[in-house]
Amino acid sequence: MPDLRDQISQALKGHGADYVEVRIEEGESTRLLYRGRELEDVGMTTSLGGNVRALVNGGWGFVSFNTIEGLGARVEDAVRQARIVGQEKSELAGVEPIVDIVEPQLKKDPRTLTLAQKKGLMDEYNEVMWGVGGIQTTLIAYGDGHKKVVFANSDGSYIEQQRVDVSLRLSATARDGSEVQQAGVSLGSSGDFSVVEGLHQESKEIAEKAASLLAAPRVQGGEYTVILDPVLAGVFTHEAFGHLSESDHVYENDRLKEVMVLGRKFGGEHLNIVDGAAVPGLRGSYRYDDEGVPATRSYLIREGELVGRLHSRETAAKMGEAPSGNARAIDFRFEPIVRMTNTFIEPGSTTFEEMIADVKEGVYACDWYGGMTSMEMFTFSAREAYMIRDGKVEELLRPVTLSGNVFETLKNLDAVGNDLDMNQGGGCGKGGQSPLPVSNGSPHIRIARCLVGGA
Amino acid sequence: MEEILEAARKVADAADLFWVESRSIPVAFETNRLKHMQTKEARGVGLRIIKDGRIGFSATNKVEDVEGIVSRAVEVAPYGAKAEFGLPSAAEHPEVPTFDPAVPQVPIEKMVELSQEMVEGVLEGHPEVLCDAGASQSVVKVRIMNSEGVDASYEKTVFSIGLSGTLVRGTDMLFVGDGESSCRPIEDASEIVARVRGQLDMAKQEAEVTTGRFPVVFTPDAVAGLLLSPLLVGFNGKTVVQGSSPLVGRLGEKVVDERFSLYDDGTIAFRPGSRPWDDEGVSTRVTPLIDKGVASSFIYDLKTAAQAGAETTGNAARGSGSLPSPSTSVISIAEGDMSFDEMIADMKEGLVVERFLGAGQTNILAGDYSGNVLLGYKVENGQIVGRVKNSMLSGNVYETLNNLIAIGNEAKWRGGSLRTPPLYCADVSVARTEGEG
Repeated sequence: MPDLRDQISQALKGHGADYVEVRIEEGESTRLLYRGRELEDVGMTTSLGGNVRALVNGGWGFVSFNTIEGLGARVEDAVRQARIVGQEKSELAGVEPIVDIVEPQLKKDPRTLTLAQKKGLMDEYNEVMWGVGGIQTTLIAYGDGHKKVVFANSDGSYIEQQRVDVSLRLSATARDGSEVQQAGVSLGSSGDFSVVEGLHQESKEIAEKAASLLAAPRVQGGEYTVILDPVLAGVFTHEAFGHLSESDHVYENDRLKEVMVLGRKFGGEHLNIVDGAAVPGLRGSYRYDDEGVPATRSYLIREGELVGRLHSRETAAKMGEAPSGNARAIDFRFEPIVRMTNTFIEPGSTTFEEMIADVKEGVYACDWYGGMTSMEMFTFSAREAYMIRDGKVEELLRPVTLSGNVFETLKNLDAVGNDLDMNQGGGCGKGGQSPLPVSNGSPHIRIARCLVGGA
Repeated sequence: MEEILEAARKVADAADLFWVESRSIPVAFETNRLKHMQTKEARGVGLRIIKDGRIGFSATNKVEDVEGIVSRAVEVAPYGAKAEFGLPSAAEHPEVPTFDPAVPQVPIEKMVELSQEMVEGVLEGHPEVLCDAGASQSVVKVRIMNSEGVDASYEKTVFSIGLSGTLVRGTDMLFVGDGESSCRPIEDASEIVARVRGQLDMAKQEAEVTTGRFPVVFTPDAVAGLLLSPLLVGFNGKTVVQGSSPLVGRLGEKVVDERFSLYDDGTIAFRPGSRPWDDEGVSTRVTPLIDKGVASSFIYDLKTAAQAGAETTGNAARGSGSLPSPSTSVISIAEGDMSFDEMIADMKEGLVVERFLGAGQTNILAGDYSGNVLLGYKVENGQIVGRVKNSMLSGNVYETLNNLIAIGNEAKWRGGSLRTPPLYCADVSVARTEGEG
């Protein structure tokens, strides 16, 4: 986009602000949504838009739009707003200006398949699920999107990146009288269609699971030793701990700063938590964030101790820490805010067999259904759960809800498995921006005491 | 727009075009200080066509690209859902005022002032609280055209203010907040400030909760946050035609306490959820979903109505980027006869709950709800004794609304599309979630 680059650099001249950035996005997306046997929604969407963000005396102005003519006037608007807001000193962590054009590396680009091919595959999965007895309805939501993002700022950075995202959710609902149960799976990738291929067996198992949940007993609510599978442990890491590492919650909150003070012991030496978009090939991976900061791979917890957190340029400057490349916006309509990317617990050395061997009575909770956190409190739901008795996985239970206080729960995390697995089906929501592509993961983990409720 | 419809008519049997254009200006205080000001402009158009009995759809905000939007809709149509319905023709619609020219005239300085008043109002009595506050104004233009001759448009203004506070003590955190939304300018934030200060006062002490079944007062916030989705999902035409609603085949049956009535009414003047016609151009009306405890009607758009062999209820909702689906407009729950204070006074041991965390993760299709209490208070012997922590509520909304003790005599607006009194229910399952003993 040579013309666009000229237009942007013209617009960024003589703005009079402490900092200005421009982001222009052009995208296209395809979606297929089945409810039951019917392909309820199939659509293709194209979009073009952009924004200007300006910083003056510590205050931000932001203007978003759908037409890219008149960028100069948009810059003036944003600067004017920032000037009204700004009452102190602007602080942004220094980042070397970057000029780069990043081409995506795609294994199997979804754009090389026709709509008919994508639909054909989804039809097959749907048929498989409907082939299982007791199924009331199914849901298949497939989406792919491609966008080109142009970023430039008044420091002299100019970056073009392309982002491709593929996501698929399959679920089956079984019903018996007024009893309704669901099972499902969510998958995704940063542009590799092959992750949503070959799921015929998985589709069958989902439908069978939903049907078998109808007959499953409810858990007796209470405190148990809980083993989480990698998917659910990944969600736990994201929800219960990851959000606390987002510095925008922390940097102007002195009390929370005390809670999240670097060096504080959060867990045993076996606990290591990492976040980073520089971990390659995952759904939350990228080269530069939406402030043009290079992606990193950062320890949040190392050997049980808090050693890092997630930053934008502003939060990094205000906390005197290094920027981590975690400022992300879901699209051009939004300002970048501090977000997770790929968040996971590093594997340890305990095998699943060792972990379960001395559990007399407990719950083995698998797969995620949803999760939310409000700082110290968290709730997350396991789609699938089993009783553990005398070191063995026993009967299937109805879906369970796990909840508690994150600080207590991390202390109670007493074993970390050796079998790291990444979950790419998630979408994260924060500040009205949802779903943002992220991944999370973990090996199996054991929590000595955790409150389990029936969902 | 005319060109897109004209081009679509040439290649399709029927078509409708839905256009939304908006401009909103929010200002935001973060941690007690003015931090953000934004101007957000957006526009977009969605084209739905019916071709050979199937629905095609495409959307864009590149509105000059007439050929692209039409050709993509044609491309997807062979795979689209069956169209068992026709598009409506032009009709008379009810008069529903949703536009107040005073909203875009509200100066930015006034919005900053309102936000500042909220922050200062809280800090005055509670200097240790960190406040986020904001105000926003927006103007939305909606236009619909279809191949049957409909060409209608309306404008809507929305003015919103909101306040939230966080109080951190060690590893303990307390969250309070409130907000208001209207199609007319909101001049005064004092009621919101008073409510948030009230929340902080009631939460000053901590109170113990034991696991068991207790009477619970659900405030309007709790009705909105915990009970409403599992209740409304069963009335949605989409879940009805799928057969996943527990109410299928049960219209006319008593499903909750006979004092409970709930209406969908998008004709109420100056509410952000109101409109003269729905997003398919069908007139807005009042639809009783629950009338004196009896399930009386489902809500439909054109497609789900046709599938169910019913008439649309004028409840189609769509953005410019998506096909319509049934959605409630403005929900109104009828008032009862007990005041909030009388409910508290009536309780020997129980809870008042306001805000939840993790609501909606249960099997809401069946009416189940479950959530951690984010903000709630313990009542002992007719008095609020303090804030409850570490407790979880769960149950089934139909059971809970069958265990009604009383309905509040004063309904409040929550957001732009719900008006509800507090609900006082018996025998709600409360679990203490940690720190036993």
